[in-house]
Amino acid sequence: MVPVLLILIPLITGAALFAVKQEATAKSIALLASLLSLALMLAGMSGYIDAAQMTYDQPWLGGINSRFHFALDGMSQLLCLLTTLSFPIIIYSTWNNRYDDSNRFFGLVLLSQAGLLGVFMALDALLFYFFWELALIPLYFLCSRWGGERRIQVTIKFFIYTFIGSLFMLIGLIMLYFKAGGSFAWSDFLNLKMTSGQELGIFLMLAIAFAIKMPLFPFHTWQPDTYEQSPTAVTMILSAIMAKMGVFGLLRWLAPIVPSATFLWGDNFATLAVIGMLYASFIAMRQDDLKRLVAYSSIAHIGLMILAIFAPSYSGIQGAMIQMFNHGINILGMWIVVNVIEQKFGTRKISELGGLAQKAPVLTILLVIVALANIAMPLTNAFIGEFMMFNGVLGSTATKFGLAYTIAALVTIILSAVYTLRMIQRVFYGETNELTSKATDISFNVKLSLAIIVVGIILIGVFPKPLLSLTSEVSADILGRMNLK
Amino acid sequence: MKNIIEYVWLVPLFPLAGFLINGLLRNSLSKSLTGIIGSGSILASFIVSILIFLDVKAGIDGPVIVTLFDFISFQDVSIPFAFQVDQLSSLFLLIITGIGFLIHVYSVAYMHEENSSHFARYFAYLNLFVFSMLLLVLGSNYVIMFIGWEGVGLCSYLLIGYWFKNIEYSNAARKAFVMNRIGDLGFLLAVFWLIGRIGTVNFSEVFSKVDTLSSLDLTAITMLLFIGATGKSAQIPLYTWLPDAMAGPTPVSALIHAATMVTAGIYMIARSNILYTMAPTTQTVVMVVGLGTALLAATIALKQNDIKKVLAYSTVSQLGYMFIALGVGAYTGAVFHVMTHAFFKALLFLGAGSVIHAMHHEQDIRNMGGLSKKLKTTHLTFLVGCLAIAGIIPFSGFFSKDEILAAAFMKSPIVWALAAIGALMTAFYMFRLYAMTFLGKFRGTSEQEHHLHESPPAMTIPLVILAVLSFAGGLVGIPEVLMPDSHSLAKFLEPVFAESNRISVPHHPDHTTELLLMFGLMAVIAVVIFWAVGKYKKYEKSGEENTGFARILENKWYVDEIYEALIIRPVNAFGKMLGKFDNFGIDWVVNGVGRSVQYASRQIRLLQSGQVGSYVLLMVIGMIVLFALQVFLKK
Repeated sequence: MVPVLLILIPLITGAALFAVKQEATAKSIALLASLLSLALMLAGMSGYIDAAQMTYDQPWLGGINSRFHFALDGMSQLLCLLTTLSFPIIIYSTWNNRYDDSNRFFGLVLLSQAGLLGVFMALDALLFYFFWELALIPLYFLCSRWGGERRIQVTIKFFIYTFIGSLFMLIGLIMLYFKAGGSFAWSDFLNLKMTSGQELGIFLMLAIAFAIKMPLFPFHTWQPDTYEQSPTAVTMILSAIMAKMGVFGLLRWLAPIVPSATFLWGDNFATLAVIGMLYASFIAMRQDDLKRLVAYSSIAHIGLMILAIFAPSYSGIQGAMIQMFNHGINILGMWIVVNVIEQKFGTRKISELGGLAQKAPVLTILLVIVALANIAMPLTNAFIGEFMMFNGVLGSTATKFGLAYTIAALVTIILSAVYTLRMIQRVFYGETNELTSKATDISFNVKLSLAIIVVGIILIGVFPKPLLSLTSEVSADILGRMNLK
Repeated sequence: MKNIIEYVWLVPLFPLAGFLINGLLRNSLSKSLTGIIGSGSILASFIVSILIFLDVKAGIDGPVIVTLFDFISFQDVSIPFAFQVDQLSSLFLLIITGIGFLIHVYSVAYMHEENSSHFARYFAYLNLFVFSMLLLVLGSNYVIMFIGWEGVGLCSYLLIGYWFKNIEYSNAARKAFVMNRIGDLGFLLAVFWLIGRIGTVNFSEVFSKVDTLSSLDLTAITMLLFIGATGKSAQIPLYTWLPDAMAGPTPVSALIHAATMVTAGIYMIARSNILYTMAPTTQTVVMVVGLGTALLAATIALKQNDIKKVLAYSTVSQLGYMFIALGVGAYTGAVFHVMTHAFFKALLFLGAGSVIHAMHHEQDIRNMGGLSKKLKTTHLTFLVGCLAIAGIIPFSGFFSKDEILAAAFMKSPIVWALAAIGALMTAFYMFRLYAMTFLGKFRGTSEQEHHLHESPPAMTIPLVILAVLSFAGGLVGIPEVLMPDSHSLAKFLEPVFAESNRISVPHHPDHTTELLLMFGLMAVIAVVIFWAVGKYKKYEKSGEENTGFARILENKWYVDEIYEALIIRPVNAFGKMLGKFDNFGIDWVVNGVGRSVQYASRQIRLLQSGQVGSYVLLMVIGMIVLFALQVFLKK
């Protein structure tokens, strides 16, 4: 029952919020609901709930043999934990942001959470597709209704991109449905006998869909615009969690299902990933808008996960898996800081800021720790994931180019230091200017939210063992299906 | 009772606790309490380190591994969070905590002008640095070493940019971090290479499996590690951050950028000595780079006028000597020079700090002169430091430098000759610095002259202690030719380098040659010293600019400008170009495809008018209803 409850809590609350008129009440209800999901998730993971309750399997659309099948294996638990942890932080850290019709805003936010949780737990392809759309659609509204100046234009681009992606995915899943003899079950998709042409077709359909979502260069141009124009709370959902839908898709719905095509075509995608990492890192160095800076930095970080999956090895796959979680909470920290700055000063332009460290020392310290995680300092969570991914790419037996990929990708960790430290320097160091001289330090909700993230960053960075044990079984399983070690 | 070595984790724990207390309570602690916590934590570590050192000296059977917990493990690879205590690490513990303690005490007085919150921030960073440095030397595998390796880089960044209002300082901090990162990539790649080939990064296992590595693997791994060393230990081509790092407070320069952090590369190679001994190609590269850096930095130091810059280039140059030693397989010599250099260079930097303190933040030696009259202790201790670095017997630098030069001579007399020229330049620029600062007549403003004062005891006592060490520290390594069987450092470190020494037996020049080289060179050095002192004690400000070659040296061979033109600007321009391309190139194509596909379609217009919106909303509601019905009806 845990999966169903996890989905129903945000779904029902989200729908109900449309009827709540008071702004403050709507916000509080949303926060409570998201905390409830988190509590349930933690209870489920800590073993207080019977393991049998962690899966749910009922017939759904009997006519086409689609089942209502959810399960929480290690990878699903990790991503559901990320989702249920992120939403309360997102709502609480942006507590002082004002929205018109805030009941609808938070209603849509919670609907999206329901969709995301469904995506990470579904073991039926149609169900997966259904939740994929449920997660996305509220975001179109959130972006187009509450976004920045160019919101309409940007939402259209976002919509076209993801709509095309979804279409490809649907075609790919339907092809699999027929190959599996009329079943949408994930387990029936494994070990299908297909010609290489069929497998390639399915591979391309799904890979492109996921590539757009993550996003992978050159399918990324919706991302900086959408991140920039969306209200920051929505950008947080998009980057902390939704980008992981694509990576998750590769690991659950692509690599194990069409292993030989993944193997054969892996180098093409790995090459794109490496190009994208370098490309985005170079661009990030010259960005003046904080949101675009973080957006490009995110493309580079996600690129490494894509690389580790398409140049696979055990270490790389497991690294990518735990990095999904790490990147999620780290980028949340970055966005919280960006949001504070935008709310305080009404600008996100690095060139208009400066000297904040004198006025907001607590914010500075917390940001520096998050930024250190962003550049994968040892003893932060991101080091563990990146270490395992780089190690995996170099040691991958699936590609001849492991060394070249590793060296090229390692260059981006120099560049990430360049643009991250440049941002810290321009925004926080130096003298204050007219705009920043009257700044005050952060309020309690921001402090608490960032503190939770910082504690997570260091805890995982020092004791990664729990995350590693959580994901070891499913990593080995994926590798086994790809006939790799 | 358990052996004290089992409690080695106390050594890094004290500074970590100091960091947390000073960092978290920086707004409520008084300055004196902050100073006591900051220095006291290092003193506690120093005491434990002494006990450990005595235990190790009394005799241990091979390295003692103290495992704390499992850090990263996947498949067959297991990387424990573990410490390794042996002769090499216990010696470094003493250097780090001992000198670290003196510099903390000195800092209490030096930083007294800061307000209490910044004062606590300073000590928190300094404690964090010591913690990281201890991880670096205690780690029992390359990953824990790397944690410390990056950690010291971070603390160096934080402390160079300590006065963060000054944008130039934070530029220097950023430069240091990024250049170190470039080197770190080499280190990381070596770690991955090791995991890929032998599935382990634990020192004891790596060194015992060294025979299973091909010579190509060995060369690659050692070269990559050496790239890491060029970043951290400021060698060509990654040395340019270190002179800029002088933007940090002077005690920081003494501790991090002279005595400890910059020797991390030497420690790492000494630790991996067996790998390097098995990779002769890399050894040659290490030697050549070390020699090149030693000479290049020495030439630059000849024409610098900032007291800290002279010392910074001198540090780069001395690190070069240590790499020469590593390159010719004289591992003991390298470690010996790390130790004596830590003494005399910390002394010189702290002395410089005392001068800067007395001169009210003046750093240009052209505006100094005649300070020996007012700053008696500083003057005498600084002179000891200069004699030690110049290599005058029996000061400590003589013994360690001689050991390196003797080993270089056995490699090739040309290497010896070049290294000897570097030694002459060292003597020259150090005594130029000494004479311009302390001798002759005062050239500063009358206000500065009026305020000239000797520093308080919290600063001069560390100077005296370091002066004693700089004078006598070399006696642990008296060469065979002067007194048989009295190189106690070599004997102590013997187990660490035993395997390397077995493979390539170190040779010594015959006694006559060695004595001739030793005292011949020292005679010339003495002449150079008299020349430099004689020339620069009469120094007058002339306002004339340097011309010709002197100008090139004053401008540091224009290396920074070359890097700026060849790397930084192109990279920035490339980033800018890609940014434009991303907005107008790819995006234009995408939007174009979108336009043409959608032009005839109603979709966009519908979406803009909101009708698609409501359509989609209906779809969602439909899905929810369907979903809900299924859940509840199936019950």
